[in-house]
Amino acid sequence: MHTVLRSRTREVVIGPDRPFCVIGERINPTGRAKFAEALRAGDLSQVIVDVRRQVEAGAHVLDVNAGVPLADEAGLLTSMIKLIQGHTDLPLCIDSSVVEALAAGLAVYQGKALVNSVTGEDDRLAEILPLVKRYGAAVVALANDETGIPETAGQRLEITGKIVRVATEEYGIPMEDIVIDPLAMTVGADTDAVNVTLETIRAIRDAYGLNMCLGASNVSFGLPDRHALGAAFLAMAAAAGLTSAIMNALAPECVTAARAADLLLGNDPWGANWISAYRARQG
Amino acid sequence: MTEQEILQGLYDRTLVGDAPAVLDLTDQGLAAGLAPETMLFEALIPALEEVGARFERGDFFVPEMLIAGRAMAGAMEVLRPLLAQTGAASLGRFLMGTVKGDVHDIGKNLVNIMLEGAGFEVIDLGVQVAPERFVAAIREHRPDIVGFSAFLTTTMPMFKANINALEKAGLRDQVIVMVGGAPVTQEYADAVGADGYAADASTAVRRAKELLAGRRAVAGTPS
Repeated sequence: MHTVLRSRTREVVIGPDRPFCVIGERINPTGRAKFAEALRAGDLSQVIVDVRRQVEAGAHVLDVNAGVPLADEAGLLTSMIKLIQGHTDLPLCIDSSVVEALAAGLAVYQGKALVNSVTGEDDRLAEILPLVKRYGAAVVALANDETGIPETAGQRLEITGKIVRVATEEYGIPMEDIVIDPLAMTVGADTDAVNVTLETIRAIRDAYGLNMCLGASNVSFGLPDRHALGAAFLAMAAAAGLTSAIMNALAPECVTAARAADLLLGNDPWGANWISAYRARQG
Repeated sequence: MTEQEILQGLYDRTLVGDAPAVLDLTDQGLAAGLAPETMLFEALIPALEEVGARFERGDFFVPEMLIAGRAMAGAMEVLRPLLAQTGAASLGRFLMGTVKGDVHDIGKNLVNIMLEGAGFEVIDLGVQVAPERFVAAIREHRPDIVGFSAFLTTTMPMFKANINALEKAGLRDQVIVMVGGAPVTQEYADAVGADGYAADASTAVRRAKELLAGRRAVAGTPS
Protein backbone atom coordinates (compact mmCIF):
# COMPACT_ATOMS: atom_id res chain seq x y z
CA MET A 1 0.00 0.00 0.00
CA HIS A 2 1.29 3.46 -0.90
CA THR A 3 0.55 6.65 0.98
CA VAL A 4 1.31 9.60 -1.27
CA LEU A 5 2.13 13.00 0.24
CA ARG A 6 2.71 16.10 -1.83
CA SER A 7 3.92 19.63 -1.67
CA ARG A 8 3.22 21.87 -4.64
CA THR A 9 6.07 20.33 -6.61
CA ARG A 10 7.29 17.22 -4.85
CA GLU A 11 5.78 13.82 -4.11
CA VAL A 12 6.84 11.47 -1.32
CA VAL A 13 5.56 7.91 -1.27
CA ILE A 14 5.38 5.92 1.95
CA GLY A 15 5.20 2.18 1.52
CA PRO A 16 6.71 -1.15 2.54
CA ASP A 17 8.65 -1.33 -0.74
CA ARG A 18 9.93 2.24 -0.41
CA PRO A 19 12.77 3.75 1.58
CA PHE A 20 11.75 4.26 5.21
CA CYS A 21 10.13 7.70 5.40
CA VAL A 22 11.96 10.03 7.81
CA ILE A 23 9.61 12.70 9.17
CA GLY A 24 11.69 15.35 10.93
CA GLU A 25 10.30 16.17 14.39
CA ARG A 26 12.29 19.30 15.11
CA ILE A 27 9.79 22.07 14.31
CA ASN A 28 7.98 21.71 17.60
CA PRO A 29 8.14 24.13 20.56
CA THR A 30 7.45 21.41 23.16
CA GLY A 31 10.45 21.28 25.47
CA ARG A 32 12.17 24.15 23.61
CA ALA A 33 11.57 27.15 25.82
CA LYS A 34 13.55 29.65 23.76
CA PHE A 35 11.94 28.55 20.50
CA ALA A 36 8.47 28.75 22.10
CA GLU A 37 9.23 32.24 23.36
CA ALA A 38 10.43 33.37 19.93
CA LEU A 39 7.36 31.92 18.21
CA ARG A 40 5.06 33.64 20.66
CA ALA A 41 6.82 36.92 19.93
CA GLY A 42 6.26 36.32 16.21
CA ASP A 43 9.91 35.57 15.48
CA LEU A 44 9.91 32.63 13.04
CA SER A 45 13.59 32.80 12.08
CA GLN A 46 14.47 29.58 13.92
CA VAL A 47 11.85 27.73 11.87
CA ILE A 48 13.84 28.42 8.72
CA VAL A 49 17.01 27.15 10.41
CA ASP A 50 15.23 23.97 11.51
CA VAL A 51 13.87 23.44 8.00
CA ARG A 52 17.27 23.78 6.39
CA ARG A 53 19.06 21.54 8.88
CA GLN A 54 16.49 18.76 8.59
CA VAL A 55 16.43 18.91 4.80
CA GLU A 56 20.21 18.65 4.76
CA ALA A 57 20.07 15.75 7.21
CA GLY A 58 17.90 13.76 4.83
CA ALA A 59 14.34 14.20 6.10
CA HIS A 60 11.61 13.30 3.57
CA VAL A 61 8.75 15.08 5.33
CA LEU A 62 8.74 17.75 8.03
CA ASP A 63 6.43 17.72 11.01
CA VAL A 64 5.13 21.18 11.96
CA ASN A 65 3.78 21.80 15.44
CA ALA A 66 2.82 25.25 16.74
CA GLY A 67 1.68 24.28 20.23
CA VAL A 68 2.92 27.32 22.12
CA PRO A 69 1.06 27.76 25.40
CA LEU A 70 -1.12 30.88 25.58
CA ALA A 71 -0.62 31.59 21.88
CA ASP A 72 -3.02 31.55 18.94
CA GLU A 73 -2.08 28.11 17.68
CA ALA A 74 -4.14 28.25 14.47
CA GLY A 75 -2.67 31.61 13.48
CA LEU A 76 0.85 30.57 14.32
CA LEU A 77 0.55 27.24 12.52
CA THR A 78 -0.68 28.87 9.31
CA SER A 79 2.16 31.40 9.40
CA MET A 80 4.68 28.61 9.93
CA ILE A 81 3.28 26.45 7.11
CA LYS A 82 3.32 29.34 4.64
CA LEU A 83 6.87 30.23 5.62
CA ILE A 84 8.12 26.65 5.44
CA GLN A 85 6.54 26.02 2.06
CA GLY A 86 8.48 29.01 0.80
CA HIS A 87 11.73 27.42 1.94
CA THR A 88 11.40 23.74 1.07
CA ASP A 89 9.45 21.54 -1.30
CA LEU A 90 9.23 18.67 1.20
CA PRO A 91 5.66 17.71 2.09
CA LEU A 92 4.54 18.58 5.61
CA CYS A 93 2.97 16.73 8.48
CA ILE A 94 0.55 19.14 10.17
CA ASP A 95 0.71 18.39 13.88
CA SER A 96 -1.88 19.59 16.35
CA SER A 97 -4.56 18.19 18.59
CA VAL A 98 -6.54 21.41 18.26
CA VAL A 99 -9.11 20.85 15.53
CA GLU A 100 -9.29 24.55 14.60
CA ALA A 101 -5.53 24.65 14.14
CA LEU A 102 -5.58 21.57 11.89
CA ALA A 103 -8.38 23.13 9.84
CA ALA A 104 -6.52 26.42 9.47
CA GLY A 105 -3.29 24.63 8.61
CA LEU A 106 -4.91 22.44 5.97
CA ALA A 107 -6.61 25.47 4.44
CA VAL A 108 -3.29 27.18 3.68
CA TYR A 109 -1.22 24.08 2.89
CA GLN A 110 -0.34 23.59 -0.76
CA GLY A 111 -0.37 19.92 -1.70
CA LYS A 112 -1.44 16.79 0.14
CA ALA A 113 -0.51 16.92 3.80
CA LEU A 114 -0.24 14.29 6.48
CA VAL A 115 -2.51 15.22 9.39
CA ASN A 116 -1.09 14.38 12.82
CA SER A 117 -3.27 13.08 14.34
CA VAL A 118 -6.57 11.44 15.16
CA THR A 119 -7.20 8.65 17.69
CA GLY A 120 -9.77 5.90 17.90
CA GLU A 121 -11.91 8.09 20.18
CA ASP A 122 -15.39 8.68 18.72
CA ASP A 123 -15.38 12.45 19.18
CA ARG A 124 -11.88 12.85 17.71
CA LEU A 125 -12.77 10.75 14.67
CA ALA A 126 -15.93 12.82 14.17
CA GLU A 127 -14.03 16.11 14.40
CA ILE A 128 -10.93 15.33 12.38
CA LEU A 129 -11.89 12.84 9.65
CA PRO A 130 -14.21 15.31 7.87
CA LEU A 131 -11.24 17.67 7.57
CA VAL A 132 -9.02 14.91 6.22
CA LYS A 133 -11.69 14.04 3.68
CA ARG A 134 -12.38 17.65 2.68
CA TYR A 135 -8.73 18.40 1.96
CA GLY A 136 -7.90 14.97 0.54
CA ALA A 137 -5.13 14.61 3.10
CA ALA A 138 -3.62 11.52 4.69
CA VAL A 139 -3.93 11.05 8.43
CA VAL A 140 -1.91 9.53 11.25
CA ALA A 141 -4.28 7.61 13.51
CA LEU A 142 -3.14 6.58 16.98
CA ALA A 143 -4.18 3.12 18.07
CA ASN A 144 -5.65 4.31 21.35
CA ASP A 145 -9.12 5.34 22.43
CA GLU A 146 -11.17 6.69 25.34
CA THR A 147 -9.83 3.99 27.63
CA GLY A 148 -6.22 5.17 27.29
CA ILE A 149 -3.24 3.41 25.78
CA PRO A 150 -3.90 -0.29 25.31
CA GLU A 151 -1.21 -2.49 26.79
CA THR A 152 -1.54 -5.32 24.30
CA ALA A 153 -1.04 -5.60 20.57
CA GLY A 154 -4.44 -7.28 20.26
CA GLN A 155 -6.24 -4.26 21.71
CA ARG A 156 -4.28 -1.85 19.49
CA LEU A 157 -5.17 -3.98 16.46
CA GLU A 158 -8.81 -3.83 17.47
CA ILE A 159 -8.76 -0.03 17.62
CA THR A 160 -6.99 0.03 14.26
CA GLY A 161 -9.88 -1.98 12.87
CA LYS A 162 -12.36 0.51 14.24
CA ILE A 163 -10.45 3.47 12.77
CA VAL A 164 -10.23 1.78 9.36
CA ARG A 165 -13.94 1.00 9.39
CA VAL A 166 -15.02 4.49 10.41
CA ALA A 167 -12.60 6.29 8.07
CA THR A 168 -13.38 4.21 4.99
CA GLU A 169 -17.08 3.43 5.46
CA GLU A 170 -18.34 6.58 7.14
CA TYR A 171 -16.07 9.18 5.58
CA GLY A 172 -14.93 7.56 2.33
CA ILE A 173 -11.25 8.05 3.14
CA PRO A 174 -9.12 5.61 1.10
CA MET A 175 -7.25 2.91 3.03
CA GLU A 176 -3.92 4.16 1.74
CA ASP A 177 -4.46 7.55 3.35
CA ILE A 178 -4.71 6.00 6.82
CA VAL A 179 -1.34 5.76 8.53
CA ILE A 180 -1.59 3.97 11.86
CA ASP A 181 0.54 4.94 14.84
CA PRO A 182 1.12 1.66 16.70
CA LEU A 183 2.35 3.66 19.73
CA ALA A 184 5.93 3.61 20.91
CA MET A 185 6.16 3.96 24.67
CA THR A 186 9.18 4.60 26.85
CA VAL A 187 11.23 1.46 27.41
CA GLY A 188 12.82 3.08 30.46
CA ALA A 189 9.45 3.02 32.19
CA ASP A 190 8.29 -0.37 30.94
CA THR A 191 10.71 -3.08 29.93
CA ASP A 192 8.15 -4.74 27.66
CA ALA A 193 7.07 -1.53 25.89
CA VAL A 194 9.02 -2.05 22.66
CA ASN A 195 8.05 -5.72 22.42
CA VAL A 196 4.41 -4.67 22.45
CA THR A 197 5.07 -2.00 19.81
CA LEU A 198 6.86 -4.46 17.52
CA GLU A 199 4.13 -7.04 17.96
CA THR A 200 1.54 -4.38 17.13
CA ILE A 201 3.42 -3.37 13.98
CA ARG A 202 3.56 -6.96 12.75
CA ALA A 203 -0.11 -7.53 13.54
CA ILE A 204 -1.26 -4.39 11.69
CA ARG A 205 0.95 -5.17 8.71
CA ASP A 206 -0.37 -8.72 8.47
CA ALA A 207 -4.03 -7.82 9.02
CA TYR A 208 -4.31 -4.60 7.00
CA GLY A 209 -1.04 -3.92 5.19
CA LEU A 210 -1.37 -0.28 6.21
CA ASN A 211 1.46 2.18 6.42
CA MET A 212 2.52 3.04 9.93
CA CYS A 213 4.24 5.94 11.61
CA LEU A 214 5.24 6.52 15.21
CA GLY A 215 7.09 8.96 17.40
CA ALA A 216 10.40 7.13 17.61
CA SER A 217 12.05 9.40 20.16
CA ASN A 218 9.60 8.33 22.88
CA VAL A 219 11.33 4.99 23.15
CA SER A 220 14.60 6.33 24.53
CA PHE A 221 13.17 8.99 26.86
CA GLY A 222 14.99 9.25 30.19
CA LEU A 223 17.89 7.06 29.11
CA PRO A 224 21.50 7.80 28.20
CA ASP A 225 22.81 7.30 24.63
CA ARG A 226 19.40 8.01 23.20
CA HIS A 227 20.48 8.10 19.57
CA ALA A 228 21.99 4.62 19.69
CA LEU A 229 18.76 3.26 21.16
CA GLY A 230 16.72 5.16 18.61
CA ALA A 231 18.78 3.74 15.78
CA ALA A 232 18.44 0.15 17.01
CA PHE A 233 14.72 0.62 17.54
CA LEU A 234 14.16 2.07 14.06
CA ALA A 235 15.89 -0.86 12.41
CA MET A 236 13.87 -3.37 14.42
CA ALA A 237 10.63 -1.52 13.75
CA ALA A 238 11.34 -1.28 10.02
CA ALA A 239 11.96 -5.03 9.93
CA ALA A 240 8.61 -5.57 11.67
CA GLY A 241 6.79 -3.44 9.07
CA LEU A 242 7.00 0.17 10.20
CA THR A 243 7.20 2.38 7.11
CA SER A 244 7.81 5.83 8.58
CA ALA A 245 8.62 7.61 11.81
CA ILE A 246 8.44 11.07 13.26
CA MET A 247 11.98 11.15 14.50
CA ASN A 248 15.10 13.09 15.20
CA ALA A 249 16.42 13.68 11.68
CA LEU A 250 19.31 15.64 13.18
CA ALA A 251 20.72 12.51 14.83
CA PRO A 252 22.88 10.94 12.09
CA GLU A 253 22.75 7.53 13.85
CA CYS A 254 18.99 7.46 13.50
CA VAL A 255 18.83 8.51 9.86
CA THR A 256 21.68 6.13 9.01
CA ALA A 257 19.81 3.30 10.74
CA ALA A 258 16.78 3.99 8.55
CA ARG A 259 18.92 3.98 5.40
CA ALA A 260 20.67 0.78 6.54
CA ALA A 261 17.28 -0.83 7.12
CA ASP A 262 16.31 0.08 3.54
CA LEU A 263 19.31 -1.79 2.19
CA LEU A 264 19.00 -4.74 4.55
CA LEU A 265 15.28 -5.16 3.87
CA GLY A 266 15.65 -5.02 0.09
CA ASN A 267 14.36 -1.49 -0.43
CA ASP A 268 17.64 -0.03 -1.68
CA PRO A 269 18.49 -2.21 -4.70
CA TRP A 270 22.21 -2.91 -4.99
CA GLY A 271 22.83 -0.45 -2.18
CA ALA A 272 22.72 2.48 -4.59
CA ASN A 273 21.47 4.99 -2.01
CA TRP A 274 23.70 3.61 0.71
CA ILE A 275 26.79 3.86 -1.48
CA SER A 276 25.99 7.31 -2.83
CA ALA A 277 25.42 8.61 0.73
CA TYR A 278 28.86 7.25 1.61
CA ARG A 279 30.43 8.97 -1.40
CA ALA A 280 28.70 12.23 -0.55
CA ARG A 281 30.27 12.14 2.92
CA GLN A 282 33.69 11.48 1.41
CA GLY A 283 33.23 14.72 -0.51
CA MET B 1 23.08 -7.64 61.68
CA THR B 2 23.25 -4.58 63.87
CA GLU B 3 20.60 -1.90 63.64
CA GLN B 4 23.12 0.31 61.91
CA GLU B 5 23.86 -2.37 59.34
CA ILE B 6 20.16 -2.83 58.65
CA LEU B 7 19.65 0.91 58.15
CA GLN B 8 22.70 1.14 55.93
CA GLY B 9 21.49 -1.88 53.95
CA LEU B 10 18.05 -0.32 53.53
CA TYR B 11 19.62 2.87 52.26
CA ASP B 12 22.00 1.10 49.88
CA ARG B 13 19.46 -1.36 48.47
CA THR B 14 16.79 1.34 48.02
CA LEU B 15 19.29 3.46 46.16
CA VAL B 16 19.84 0.70 43.61
CA GLY B 17 16.19 -0.31 43.51
CA ASP B 18 16.59 -3.83 44.87
CA ALA B 19 12.99 -4.35 45.97
CA PRO B 20 13.26 -7.91 47.36
CA ALA B 21 16.28 -6.94 49.50
CA VAL B 22 14.56 -3.79 50.77
CA LEU B 23 11.50 -5.78 51.76
CA ASP B 24 13.65 -8.39 53.46
CA LEU B 25 15.65 -5.76 55.35
CA THR B 26 12.44 -4.05 56.42
CA ASP B 27 11.22 -7.31 57.95
CA GLN B 28 14.61 -7.87 59.59
CA GLY B 29 14.52 -4.36 60.98
CA LEU B 30 11.10 -4.88 62.51
CA ALA B 31 12.21 -8.24 63.94
CA ALA B 32 15.26 -6.55 65.44
CA GLY B 33 13.01 -3.97 67.10
CA LEU B 34 13.79 -1.00 64.87
CA ALA B 35 11.04 1.60 64.91
CA PRO B 36 9.20 2.04 61.59
CA GLU B 37 9.86 5.80 61.82
CA THR B 38 13.57 5.19 62.14
CA MET B 39 13.66 3.05 59.03
CA LEU B 40 11.55 5.56 57.14
CA PHE B 41 13.36 8.74 58.15
CA GLU B 42 16.90 7.45 58.53
CA ALA B 43 17.14 5.10 55.56
CA LEU B 44 14.29 5.10 53.05
CA ILE B 45 13.67 8.84 52.74
CA PRO B 46 17.37 9.77 52.61
CA ALA B 47 17.85 7.10 49.92
CA LEU B 48 15.02 8.54 47.84
CA GLU B 49 16.39 12.03 48.34
CA GLU B 50 19.75 10.85 47.05
CA VAL B 51 18.05 9.22 44.07
CA GLY B 52 16.30 12.51 43.34
CA ALA B 53 19.54 14.47 43.65
CA ARG B 54 21.37 12.11 41.29
CA PHE B 55 18.50 12.29 38.82
CA GLU B 56 18.59 16.07 38.90
CA ARG B 57 22.33 16.05 38.27
CA GLY B 58 21.86 13.69 35.32
CA ASP B 59 23.73 10.86 37.07
CA PHE B 60 20.60 8.72 37.40
CA PHE B 61 18.12 7.82 34.67
CA VAL B 62 14.39 7.25 34.59
CA PRO B 63 14.44 3.46 35.11
CA GLU B 64 16.73 3.82 38.13
CA MET B 65 14.38 6.36 39.67
CA LEU B 66 11.38 4.14 39.04
CA ILE B 67 12.88 0.97 40.51
CA ALA B 68 14.13 2.88 43.57
CA GLY B 69 10.59 4.21 44.02
CA ARG B 70 9.18 0.73 43.63
CA ALA B 71 11.62 -0.66 46.22
CA MET B 72 10.57 2.05 48.65
CA ALA B 73 6.89 1.45 47.92
CA GLY B 74 7.33 -2.22 48.80
CA ALA B 75 8.75 -1.28 52.18
CA MET B 76 5.99 1.28 52.70
CA GLU B 77 3.34 -1.41 52.23
CA VAL B 78 4.74 -3.03 55.36
CA LEU B 79 5.50 0.13 57.29
CA ARG B 80 2.44 2.26 56.50
CA PRO B 81 -0.01 0.47 58.82
CA LEU B 82 2.58 0.47 61.61
CA LEU B 83 3.33 4.17 61.12
CA ALA B 84 -0.40 4.88 61.28
CA GLN B 85 -0.62 2.97 64.60
CA THR B 86 2.24 4.84 66.16
CA GLY B 87 0.65 8.09 65.04
CA ALA B 88 3.56 9.28 62.92
CA ALA B 89 1.73 12.07 61.22
CA SER B 90 1.78 12.37 57.47
CA LEU B 91 3.10 15.67 56.19
CA GLY B 92 -0.10 16.20 54.27
CA ARG B 93 -2.41 14.58 51.78
CA PHE B 94 -1.63 15.05 48.08
CA LEU B 95 -4.15 14.19 45.39
CA MET B 96 -2.53 13.69 42.01
CA GLY B 97 -3.61 13.08 38.46
CA THR B 98 -2.73 13.57 34.78
CA VAL B 99 -5.35 15.79 33.15
CA LYS B 100 -8.08 14.67 30.77
CA GLY B 101 -6.84 13.90 27.27
CA ASP B 102 -3.31 13.17 28.45
CA VAL B 103 -1.93 9.70 29.11
CA HIS B 104 1.61 10.60 30.15
CA ASP B 105 2.48 9.46 33.62
CA ILE B 106 6.23 8.99 34.00
CA GLY B 107 6.82 12.47 35.41
CA LYS B 108 3.75 12.31 37.60
CA ASN B 109 4.83 8.94 38.99
CA LEU B 110 8.29 10.30 39.78
CA VAL B 111 6.75 13.19 41.67
CA ASN B 112 4.51 10.74 43.55
CA ILE B 113 7.54 8.70 44.57
CA MET B 114 9.37 11.77 45.81
CA LEU B 115 6.31 13.07 47.65
CA GLU B 116 5.71 9.77 49.35
CA GLY B 117 9.39 9.54 50.15
CA ALA B 118 9.18 12.94 51.80
CA GLY B 119 6.28 11.83 53.99
CA PHE B 120 3.21 12.91 52.06
CA GLU B 121 0.23 10.64 51.73
CA VAL B 122 -0.32 10.43 47.99
CA ILE B 123 -3.58 9.51 46.32
CA ASP B 124 -3.03 8.97 42.60
CA LEU B 125 -6.03 9.15 40.28
CA GLY B 126 -3.96 8.02 37.30
CA VAL B 127 -4.18 9.48 33.80
CA GLN B 128 -6.97 11.10 31.74
CA VAL B 129 -8.58 12.46 34.90
CA ALA B 130 -11.59 14.61 34.01
CA PRO B 131 -12.39 17.76 36.05
CA GLU B 132 -15.46 16.14 37.60
CA ARG B 133 -13.32 13.24 38.82
CA PHE B 134 -10.93 15.66 40.51
CA VAL B 135 -13.88 17.40 42.14
CA ALA B 136 -15.36 14.11 43.38
CA ALA B 137 -11.99 12.91 44.69
CA ILE B 138 -11.38 16.19 46.53
CA ARG B 139 -14.77 15.84 48.20
CA GLU B 140 -13.99 12.25 49.13
CA HIS B 141 -10.37 12.53 50.25
CA ARG B 142 -10.08 16.15 51.44
CA PRO B 143 -6.48 16.57 50.27
CA ASP B 144 -4.29 19.50 51.32
CA ILE B 145 -2.88 19.78 47.83
CA VAL B 146 -4.10 18.70 44.43
CA GLY B 147 -1.61 18.26 41.59
CA PHE B 148 -2.46 18.44 37.89
CA SER B 149 0.05 16.97 35.46
CA ALA B 150 0.13 17.59 31.69
CA PHE B 151 2.80 16.61 29.21
CA LEU B 152 1.36 18.24 26.11
CA THR B 153 0.87 21.87 25.25
CA THR B 154 -2.52 20.79 23.99
CA THR B 155 -3.66 19.32 27.30
CA MET B 156 -2.28 22.11 29.49
CA PRO B 157 -5.50 24.12 29.08
CA MET B 158 -7.13 21.45 31.24
CA PHE B 159 -5.41 23.09 34.24
CA LYS B 160 -7.70 26.05 33.81
CA ALA B 161 -10.70 23.81 33.19
CA ASN B 162 -9.91 21.90 36.41
CA ILE B 163 -9.50 25.08 38.42
CA ASN B 164 -12.78 26.41 37.03
CA ALA B 165 -14.45 23.15 38.04
CA LEU B 166 -13.05 23.51 41.58
CA GLU B 167 -14.34 27.06 41.77
CA LYS B 168 -17.75 26.05 40.54
CA ALA B 169 -17.86 23.27 43.13
CA GLY B 170 -16.87 25.75 45.85
CA LEU B 171 -13.68 23.81 46.59
CA ARG B 172 -11.02 26.16 45.27
CA ASP B 173 -10.21 27.71 48.65
CA GLN B 174 -9.99 24.35 50.38
CA VAL B 175 -7.03 23.01 48.40
CA ILE B 176 -3.67 24.20 47.21
CA VAL B 177 -3.37 23.67 43.45
CA MET B 178 -0.03 22.66 41.99
CA VAL B 179 0.65 22.10 38.30
CA GLY B 180 3.53 20.55 36.42
CA GLY B 181 4.72 18.71 33.35
CA ALA B 182 7.32 19.11 30.62
CA PRO B 183 5.88 22.12 28.76
CA VAL B 184 4.57 23.92 31.86
CA THR B 185 6.24 27.12 33.04
CA GLN B 186 5.85 29.35 36.09
CA GLU B 187 4.31 31.92 33.81
CA TYR B 188 1.72 29.45 32.60
CA ALA B 189 0.99 28.29 36.14
CA ASP B 190 0.39 31.91 37.15
CA ALA B 191 -1.77 32.55 34.11
CA VAL B 192 -4.16 29.71 34.95
CA GLY B 193 -4.28 30.67 38.62
CA ALA B 194 -2.41 27.75 40.15
CA ASP B 195 -0.81 28.20 43.57
CA GLY B 196 2.40 26.43 42.74
CA TYR B 197 4.60 25.02 40.00
CA ALA B 198 7.85 23.11 39.98
CA ALA B 199 10.10 22.09 37.13
CA ASP B 200 11.14 18.73 38.54
CA ALA B 201 10.22 16.12 41.13
CA SER B 202 12.42 17.22 44.00
CA THR B 203 11.53 20.88 43.53
CA ALA B 204 7.90 19.81 43.56
CA VAL B 205 8.37 18.32 47.01
CA ARG B 206 10.08 21.47 48.33
CA ARG B 207 7.37 23.64 46.82
CA ALA B 208 4.62 21.45 48.28
CA LYS B 209 6.15 21.74 51.74
CA GLU B 210 6.50 25.52 51.43
CA LEU B 211 2.95 25.99 50.19
CA LEU B 212 1.59 23.80 52.95
CA ALA B 213 3.61 25.62 55.62
CA GLY B 214 2.38 28.93 54.21
CA ARG B 215 -1.23 27.79 54.25
CA ARG B 216 -0.99 26.44 57.82
CA ALA B 217 0.72 29.59 59.05
CA VAL B 218 -2.14 31.66 57.66
CA ALA B 219 -4.71 29.27 59.08
CA GLY B 220 -2.99 29.42 62.46
CA THR B 221 -2.89 33.21 62.60
CA PRO B 222 -5.43 34.51 65.13
CA SER B 223 -7.74 36.95 63.44
